[in-house]
Amino acid sequence: MAGSQWELPPELCCRPMAFVALTGLDVVYNAVHRAIWDAFCANRRADRVPISFKVLPGDHEYPKCRTKRTSYEWYIPKGILKTGWMNKHLNLVPALVVLFYELDWDDPQWKEKQSECATKVEIVRTSLQGRNTKVAVVLIQKKTPLPPGEDLVASERAQALCHSCDLSGKSLFVLPHTDHLVGYIIRLENAFYEHAQTYYYTEIRRVKSHKEFLNKTTHQLLFVRHQFKIAFFSELKQDTQNALKYYRTAYSLVHELRAHETNMLEIKTMAGFINYKICRLCFQHNTPLDAIAQFRKHIDLCKKKIGSAELAFEHSAWMSKQFQSFGELFDEAIKLGLTAIQTQNPGFYYQQAACYSQDRKQLALQLCQAGASYPSPDPLDTQGAGLDFYGQRPWRQGQQSIDPPDAEKEKTGILALQIKERDVPHSELIIALLSNAVAQFKKYKCPRMKSHLMVQMGEEYYHAKDYTKALKLLDYVMCDYRTERWWGLLTAILTTALRCAYLMASIKDYVIYCMELLGRASTLKEEQKSRIEKNLIKVLTNEVPDAEPECDPSSVSAARSLWNDRMALAGSNELTIEVQDYIPFIQCKAKFQSPSFHVDQPVQLQVFLRADCPHPVSFGKLAVSLSNQEYNQWCVAEWSGQEAMSLLPGKTTCYNFSFVAKTEDVGKKIEMTGIEVMLGGDSGRCVFVSWRGAGGDAASAHEALQASRCSRRWGRNIEARQELDWDSLTMQHSTMIISRVPKISVQLSHQPPALTNEMYCIKLTVQSQEEAMAKDVKLTAGLKPGQDANLGQTTHVTLDGSKVCDDSAPSLLPDVPLGELKPGEKLEKCVYVKCVSTGPRVFLFHVAYSIDTTVEGRQIMCKCHKDETVTIETLVPFEVSVKFVSTKFEPLDRVSVDIPFLLMTDILSSSPWPLLLTSSSLQLLTVTSNTPQLQSQLQEVVLQTGECASECFCLRCPPQTNINNTVATGQYLLSWRRNSSSPDSPLIQTIVSLPHVVLEMVPLYIHADLPSFGRVRESLPVRYHIENRTALVQEVEMAVEPSDAFMFSGLKQVRLRILPSSEQEMLYNYYPLMAGYQTLPQLNISLPRCPTFSTQALKRFLPQRIFVKPQGRQLDDASIAAA
Amino acid sequence: MAVCIAVIAKENYPLYIRSVPTQNELKFHYTVHTSLDVVEEKISAVGKALGDQRELYLGLLYPTEDYKVYGYVTNSKVKFVIVVDSSNTSLRDNEIRSMFRKLHNSFTDVMCNPFHNPGDTIQSKAFDGIVSGMMVQTA
Repeated sequence: MAGSQWELPPELCCRPMAFVALTGLDVVYNAVHRAIWDAFCANRRADRVPISFKVLPGDHEYPKCRTKRTSYEWYIPKGILKTGWMNKHLNLVPALVVLFYELDWDDPQWKEKQSECATKVEIVRTSLQGRNTKVAVVLIQKKTPLPPGEDLVASERAQALCHSCDLSGKSLFVLPHTDHLVGYIIRLENAFYEHAQTYYYTEIRRVKSHKEFLNKTTHQLLFVRHQFKIAFFSELKQDTQNALKYYRTAYSLVHELRAHETNMLEIKTMAGFINYKICRLCFQHNTPLDAIAQFRKHIDLCKKKIGSAELAFEHSAWMSKQFQSFGELFDEAIKLGLTAIQTQNPGFYYQQAACYSQDRKQLALQLCQAGASYPSPDPLDTQGAGLDFYGQRPWRQGQQSIDPPDAEKEKTGILALQIKERDVPHSELIIALLSNAVAQFKKYKCPRMKSHLMVQMGEEYYHAKDYTKALKLLDYVMCDYRTERWWGLLTAILTTALRCAYLMASIKDYVIYCMELLGRASTLKEEQKSRIEKNLIKVLTNEVPDAEPECDPSSVSAARSLWNDRMALAGSNELTIEVQDYIPFIQCKAKFQSPSFHVDQPVQLQVFLRADCPHPVSFGKLAVSLSNQEYNQWCVAEWSGQEAMSLLPGKTTCYNFSFVAKTEDVGKKIEMTGIEVMLGGDSGRCVFVSWRGAGGDAASAHEALQASRCSRRWGRNIEARQELDWDSLTMQHSTMIISRVPKISVQLSHQPPALTNEMYCIKLTVQSQEEAMAKDVKLTAGLKPGQDANLGQTTHVTLDGSKVCDDSAPSLLPDVPLGELKPGEKLEKCVYVKCVSTGPRVFLFHVAYSIDTTVEGRQIMCKCHKDETVTIETLVPFEVSVKFVSTKFEPLDRVSVDIPFLLMTDILSSSPWPLLLTSSSLQLLTVTSNTPQLQSQLQEVVLQTGECASECFCLRCPPQTNINNTVATGQYLLSWRRNSSSPDSPLIQTIVSLPHVVLEMVPLYIHADLPSFGRVRESLPVRYHIENRTALVQEVEMAVEPSDAFMFSGLKQVRLRILPSSEQEMLYNYYPLMAGYQTLPQLNISLPRCPTFSTQALKRFLPQRIFVKPQGRQLDDASIAAA
Repeated sequence: MAVCIAVIAKENYPLYIRSVPTQNELKFHYTVHTSLDVVEEKISAVGKALGDQRELYLGLLYPTEDYKVYGYVTNSKVKFVIVVDSSNTSLRDNEIRSMFRKLHNSFTDVMCNPFHNPGDTIQSKAFDGIVSGMMVQTA
């Protein structure tokens, strides 16, 4: 690849590892040797010692060692570092040569083999003449060795072998070829590693020893070279701390060298190498800040060392490489676990590398003039041998004098370099670096930096004439700058993009970029805009546009022919451009005049257009598309032939459209789905500029916001209405079609509140105010949907008021046909509602009808409806309370069998309206009526609010009733209606369940026959009837206590027997002495056989008092006569 | 002294940007724009900690080979960016701070102008004057 001159040599970039050569292994034909070799080199994981192994033949020629210099006095070094040196110590000169030899301790031909081995060792030694390389021997044995010291033969022979090979005991190894090969190999290589370390240690010592012979005037280069070598050997020894130390010294020494134009490249090259090593080691030691600091220092030191001005591009190339390789080191460290941050990541180094590559390109463009032919003979040719020293010129290798020895050679050399530089694909290099940087910035959350680099990449592609890629990149980032509203940057990008589009003759892109560059977001000068607009018009009229300025002339002519081809091509001259996401030079805003229209009104919409370009622009057609495409035909403005539709710069033009909505669209939304403006005409090229929805573009939302914030315009707008303020124009992209306003009145008359269970009548009066016949009038009445679900079950609606409806009646009567309604006609309808439960309810009365009407000369049938809702409270009409009392009107807690008692009912009206109770009845269970013909006492009673009606029934429990504690007694039925309702309205029957009673048996029943009143001094006969209700004979003791109010005759105290189910009569004649309510003489009864039975129980059956009238006067009384 | 001074709205579009006329204006626009990456990151990092105790001065945003970019964010998230030449080592942090303070004060005056609509680009002459005073003087 071109530019490889600047690549760092691979031997510099690799991790140095001790080099150990293995000889005597036949890895091709010997399976055992192959296995051993594989165990050494296959699957070397990080935990194995860092050694690079190589299999070499036993008689391999190692690089010759030059004779050691004894004095440096007359020695002048030719360069800093030989190009072959690093490779030599990495791959050619081993630290240790290991000779593998198959020999068992008990080999029958031991002697011969021993001497053969010794010979082989000798061959290796000879070849390594003068080097400190160690030699070791490994005996490959078939048998497992005995533990050391036990095999006497082995130790003896080992000693002998060592002696004959001139080896120390530490350099002889045994490798039993058995199961645990890898284990043995690992032990072996650890031993090798130790030998290698010793070797490198001695090498370091050797290089260090030169120092005393050097002097600072002539041997400056050697100071650097030696420090570098020591550092490199330290690295091979894996002593990275010391390596770093020596590299640092080397680095400072390299900058102490006398620099001049001729050796600048060499110094920079070496400085770059050493810097690379230092940074690499710093990252390896996990001190990234040291690495960064070193790199900064390096750059600051070298930035100004440009060297030869004619070859300034070389300096940029070198700088670029420095940044790039640091970026790569940084990136590698991150992959190994280092964390980078937003402001310190490899991306910055790649970016800077790209930056220097751009400089290089610029310099190359300036310095490498075309036309010169490549000099011959080639001054850069080194006869295939490459350079001796890093960073030297091929035409004067090894020269260290300040002035070039041959000015002519120097000239041709520079020319050759310049010509070579011309062929370097700079853009390719720059793009690769930029894309590296982009990847980094993406990772470290720098979206804007990423966009910026992508712009640079796009521009570089443009320079490289890859316009498709350039456009792709520029187009991708353009929208970021657009949404962030950086118009200056957007304009710059658009300008490049426009050039690309022109050079590619891509019509659509060309038109798009022209439109945006003419738009308000463009920061171009007026004359530029004017030129672009003219070009745009040319494209619209199918002509070739003028070239963009600053385009490469050769590309322009190619583009012109492309354009000509395009223009000649028939067809495909229609283009649709979606401009919503751009900022085009025509702005569009549209609105419906109102957020809703009645179906009998024409729907009105306005489209506002405004051009931002410097010259008026005319267009052929304006069309609005709506969600219902049938309306589209009404929303088109077309150039009619006489007057062209044109937009003046900076002026707003308004287009009005109106149409009649279809009746099917009532309740639906009509939306603008798009607006299209056709530029150009039939003769040339048609460009449809299209907006989605109601217009607007990438910038209009922000402008509208700014306009709304602006306080200045508030006051002024009122007086300056005629000039529309574009920014404060709001878009209204949809409208609702709502039904026609009904011209009928719906009135409800009723008497709230409703009473539970009654057929509540609501009278509906519908009166038409229409001017035409309302047809198909329909009523929907009932409970408004959406209320409590229980209400639906407890509410029943019917039209039939003649009888009480049952539970099957619905809660909402839908679509009751009411016929037609002439203008002015009135219609009445009664709706009956039965509410079973109390509480408020909302009722809906929905009257719908259809009517013919005309809108703008079009006959349409409109459906109208009017809703009326009413909330009605439901109340309980009356409260019924029921109680059982004795015949003495005393409350009863239990009822005695076969003894009459009373049922009292109280009906308390809580209705605000008078109630008419028509009848009441009892449906008895268990108990029977004491009166044969039960007659309602409440017939036709009218109850006002708060009034109470009572009824009383005498009942008795038949004797044969089973005494199971409580029994149901039946129901009380009441029929009623509102007093105000018509006589033929249905009666409502309310059923009240009577309470349960507790029954009891009494053994003895007593009742008295006595007149309703007595009179003073007149006999009052009282007959007591005592009944035995048991199946036993009862003995009864009875006594009458004396009383002040009465004298009496009869048995005062008696004891008698009563047979089962028979009755005893006792007659007393009382003689009242005092008038008024008097307590009757106390009758004490006791049952001696039944001591539990108390007199008190019997007393409740007996009357306690009687009213005694005063003595009447005789007719012949004197007083009467006197009167 | 600065080579470029910019005021960026809360929504990250430029309200004011001025650079020394001798150099490529577009390059400064890009520098200021890319520095917003760091500003945004710093603001969001601060937001997580104590929001009300925020230091307005963000310090050095990032160094490039040629320039140093400093940032400052007002409480209403308006950003000030000052670009200084890298070779200008005489400028200390304190001086940059005081430049920002001056800029902020002048910006506040602009906002107090009842005829200025917040969010519009700054066209105040007074502000221009303050900025000119802070820019590298070119003959």
